Amino acid sequence: MNLNATLLGELIAFVVFVLFCMKYVWPPLNGAIEARQKKIEDGLAASDEAEKELERVRKEAAVELNEAKSQAAEIIEQAKKRAALIVDEETTRGQQEREKIIAQGHSEIDSERNRVKEELRTQVATLAVVGAEKILEREINQDAHSDIVDKLVAEL
Amino acid sequence: MAAEEVTLSSHIQHHLTNAKMCSTDAGLAFNKACADSGFWTWHVDTLAWSIGLGLLFLWIFRSAAKKSTTGVPGKFQCFIEMIVEFVGDNVRDTYHGKSALIAPLALTIFVWVFLMNLMDLIPVDFLPAFAGFVGETAFGMDSHDVYMKIVPTTDINMTAALALGVFFLMIGYSIKMKGIGGFIAELTLHPFSTKNKIGMIFLIPFNLLLETIALVAKPFSLALRLFGNLYAGELIFILIGAVGLMQLPLHFIWAAFHILVIVLQAFVFMMLTIVYLSMASSDNH
Repeated sequence: MNLNATLLGELIAFVVFVLFCMKYVWPPLNGAIEARQKKIEDGLAASDEAEKELERVRKEAAVELNEAKSQAAEIIEQAKKRAALIVDEETTRGQQEREKIIAQGHSEIDSERNRVKEELRTQVATLAVVGAEKILEREINQDAHSDIVDKLVAEL
Repeated sequence: MAAEEVTLSSHIQHHLTNAKMCSTDAGLAFNKACADSGFWTWHVDTLAWSIGLGLLFLWIFRSAAKKSTTGVPGKFQCFIEMIVEFVGDNVRDTYHGKSALIAPLALTIFVWVFLMNLMDLIPVDFLPAFAGFVGETAFGMDSHDVYMKIVPTTDINMTAALALGVFFLMIGYSIKMKGIGGFIAELTLHPFSTKNKIGMIFLIPFNLLLETIALVAKPFSLALRLFGNLYAGELIFILIGAVGLMQLPLHFIWAAFHILVIVLQAFVFMMLTIVYLSMASSDNH
């Protein structure tokens, strides 16, 4: 064998390399690996948690949605009923209004007719008196015959 | 290559020789001048390549560490984290206990040894020939006197240094976890044990012998396994490189096969380190 001082040199180099590796190489590398493993582990756990949460929320949402749907149906039903009610009411009210307006119209027409009748009556009386005056000129004493003319007018 | 005749065996010899450096009375000396300098010889190529690759490893991983985010990682960070997680998983599976050292140690061993082994896939003549060319042109040396072995793990010094480091850690962990008494007891009171006090003392030498062999065999097996595998692989690459045009398909086949060896040996070294340290720090013998 050919052992010589090289052995010592290599031994020293070996020790130095191992010490350097122990101090500056292994801890950061291994630390980074372990930290990443921890991070991944935490991330996976968090994602599991989130998945469960999602499932829960989804169920909750479904329940809420159903509730909302039934509520909406209820509201629509109510609204329909109310609409029908309003339509009925309005119809009745309209009918009444119409009848009222018609009645009012009738009475107005009546009163107008009466007024016109009265006016016509006076005018005819006047015309009759004027006509009678023209025809009878002198024979008829206005004062003496006015009661007859009045009677005639009343009969018109 | 040098002008003098180059035989196959001298070519192989050249490839298997490290660049040496030693200090003599006349100052720094290199290669053949260091033939009898004994222990205080430095394999410059092994040192340079291994430390360079080690720095490359630290630089790559350090830059990944600096940019690491806990958010979405980039491709580079993913790649680095893949290696870190691979090593981390192996450590967690094998070493039951808390230790800030084992995982970075395993990572360093795995990547460093892998990078050093990877040098084996660079065609054997490229870098030595380049070094020879530089030596010849820049320093006026005979290119045959320039040695360059680029795979540090084919140098027993390299693998032995790694194994020795692990061995010290094994002893350190044993003492730290079980106390000196526990460590000595482990060495002396197993595998043969008896309730009889005198019998126990009588058995101590045998236990000590067996346990010491078992303990020392671990770093030896670590060092020699890596060295043997890579040295043999390198030798075959060198032989393939010497057979002319036929080397192209042969080299491809051996290199493809060697990719497995490279990763496997790095992994085995790392795994055994973790196992040995795990055994050292656990009590159940």
